[in-house]
Amino acid sequence: MGERDFFYQAFVYLTAAVVSVPIARRLGLGSVLGYLVAGVAIGPFGLGLVGTEGQDVLHFAEFGVVMMLFVIGLELQPAMLWQMRGALLGVGGLQVAATALVLGFAAVALGIEWRAAVAIGLILSLSSTAIVLQSLTEKGLLRTEAGERSFAVLLFQDIAVIPMLAVLPLLAISSPTSVALASEHAGSFVAQLPAWERALVTTGAVAAIAVAGQFLVRPLFRFIARSGVREVFTAAALLIVIAIALAMRSVGLSPALGTFLGGVVLANSEYRHQLESDVEPFKGLLLGLFFIAVGASIDFALAGAHAGAVTALVLGLVAAKFAVLFALGRSTRMSPDQGLLFAFALAQGGEFCFVLFSFAAQNGVLDGATANLLVATVALSMAATPFLLLANERLIQPRFGCPEAPERQPDVIRDDQNAVILAGFGAFGSVVGRFLRANGIRTTVLDLDTDQVDLMRRLGIEVYYGDASREDLLRSAGAAHAQLLIVSVGGLENTQRVIRTAKEHFPNLRVFARAHTRMEAYDVLEAGADGVYRASLDTSLRAGVDAMRALGFPAHQSLRAAQYFRRYDEREWRALADVRHDDSVFQTRARESVQHLERLLAAEFHGIERPDQSDWDSDALRASATRPEES
Amino acid sequence: MPAARILVLFAHPAFERSRVHRRLVAAVRAQHGVTFHDLYEAYPDFDVDVRREQELLLAHDLIVLQHPFYWYSTPPLVKQWIDLVLEYDWAYGVRGTALRGKRLLSAISAGGPEASYGRSGSNYFTVRELLAPLVQTAQLCGLELLPPFVLYGTHGFDADDIARAADEYGRLLAALRDGRVDLDAARALPRINLDLGALLA
Repeated sequence: MGERDFFYQAFVYLTAAVVSVPIARRLGLGSVLGYLVAGVAIGPFGLGLVGTEGQDVLHFAEFGVVMMLFVIGLELQPAMLWQMRGALLGVGGLQVAATALVLGFAAVALGIEWRAAVAIGLILSLSSTAIVLQSLTEKGLLRTEAGERSFAVLLFQDIAVIPMLAVLPLLAISSPTSVALASEHAGSFVAQLPAWERALVTTGAVAAIAVAGQFLVRPLFRFIARSGVREVFTAAALLIVIAIALAMRSVGLSPALGTFLGGVVLANSEYRHQLESDVEPFKGLLLGLFFIAVGASIDFALAGAHAGAVTALVLGLVAAKFAVLFALGRSTRMSPDQGLLFAFALAQGGEFCFVLFSFAAQNGVLDGATANLLVATVALSMAATPFLLLANERLIQPRFGCPEAPERQPDVIRDDQNAVILAGFGAFGSVVGRFLRANGIRTTVLDLDTDQVDLMRRLGIEVYYGDASREDLLRSAGAAHAQLLIVSVGGLENTQRVIRTAKEHFPNLRVFARAHTRMEAYDVLEAGADGVYRASLDTSLRAGVDAMRALGFPAHQSLRAAQYFRRYDEREWRALADVRHDDSVFQTRARESVQHLERLLAAEFHGIERPDQSDWDSDALRASATRPEES
Repeated sequence: MPAARILVLFAHPAFERSRVHRRLVAAVRAQHGVTFHDLYEAYPDFDVDVRREQELLLAHDLIVLQHPFYWYSTPPLVKQWIDLVLEYDWAYGVRGTALRGKRLLSAISAGGPEASYGRSGSNYFTVRELLAPLVQTAQLCGLELLPPFVLYGTHGFDADDIARAADEYGRLLAALRDGRVDLDAARALPRINLDLGALLA
């Protein structure tokens, strides 16, 4: 990294990250864009704080991608991969094949030799796992249909890199050695081999990782874990990642791919969670560094020199990928809004493109100038992704109504004669439902969490997917003749919506609703609920009772103290409902009520004053007894 | 003769404010071979574990119901306990013979003086008359009901009175356990602690 020392470099990069990422987040732009902008700002075309090292940093920061893939690999147990095989091969396979085909033909049309065109098509079909996962996670969209599809596609692409690495040398036009000799990987012995042997080496390396992971790494971890020294385990985790990366690089293969495989191999081991949590912080930081480096290494000189060509390439690339993805999404019954999100999210080139383009150039598949141009295109398309997602979120999605809710058609409800409707079947609703069912009371259950609905279905519990804040759905759930609606949907606003809809259209339906906090409970009450249940009140008091008992108080006294406390607390909560919009009064009354409660409890504990009863109190009797005595 | 296995079922809804029973309980706990079972501690929410209670009853020969005498009766949890535990075909009924031959002793504290429990007193009825439901319950279950251990006038008890009462209670339980009580003599008494000295000869 030149004559500038490590601390200076670290200072510049960290400052850039610390300044730009929070600002980007504050502006709602996401951290990826923050990192990218930081990279451009400190890069040779910005402040010039980091110069030509951009490229070097990119290499170093690739380590972040390497780690990310290791962690992704760790999360992929073979059983889960098998379960996802449909989505992986279906959507993922189709995406790669179709995109490669479209882009390959485009390349041929631009006058590129067919073998090079195939390579370009394949490489550009990849999207950026790092950017997409980070962006979707930040926006909380990973659990949506589009998010899950995107994950499947990215996963397939990451796996597809393996055969691509094997196939690319076979596409060589010129003799690979002449190019390879000039490249930085000239030292690796693989470069000297003929194409088919290189394909063999690639396959062999993959197999070696699988075998080593199974038979070498696990005994090693067992040995280390027994030592009981926490940081050595972290060191070992990092060591494995680095060792795989080095090994892969020495045979001229992608380190990211190797560690991904390493992760998959270790996914079934008992050390999975430990490894994940050990590597996680490094991953995040290095991934940030990677994004910065991408920003810093965008070659604005090249892009400027070929401004027209690069602009056309970026637009063409994004448009082609978007078109394929959107068509794919719609043809697999994705709703328009999810299809758009899916297509916008994945419409860029990926970090593997950098690796693969330089690999292709080394192997004489592409000439250096083309490869460089394409690398710049990919980098710019990556930088464009956060903007595209933002535009989708702010400008396009609002036309499709609720942008974040996965558009799944509500289920047809057959079971509509029950007296009780449960809206929301999470931790709260499911207990209510189980309790009622145990007592022979059947309920009609509506929930909006697709995972929850599917899980319950698998367990044989009849749960319907549907939004209980919609009048038509409540009606089809039998709200017109049900007696009771119990609301425990996620989020205060949703809760209020459900209650308002129910009260407006079904005035005879009694509504019980869960609220999380005291204040939320007021909002729920004002929305029209007949019964408001503060979620933690009863459990806290139970813990309180157990605490008293643990301290030696009689069980019955503790229980009655809690009963009294609860009754008082509910009464006070109700009493404050009317004045709560007058802030100053509310503050005073709330404080007063706390003091009152403390006073009453003190009385309760000391038996000095019983506010509303004098149960089993024999003091008065004793006082008037024939032989009044001290006790 | 083997030692009688004694089960003391104790019920006090406000034990934290008790003066007399606190000491009585200490006297029970001091006796070996006596099982002490605090019902309000075990079932503060009245959710009585019927099986567990029945097993306890089966494992003992003498059941002592110890509680303050509230409104001429037991605290409500004892009634709940009776309602739930003494099941048909277990405690009574044709096949309900589980408790046959066991003995039952009521150990109660009354705030008013002995003189108030009688025709001339403010409570009109004697304690034994007021215990009629328990008498018949024991009868139905084949339990022999011993004369009650009654502490009268506990509202007026001073520390010495309480200590004396606790001592008597403890000695009575120990004697019952060891079979040292002249039960024939006792059966003739209105309450078992009328003249404990003579009884425990």
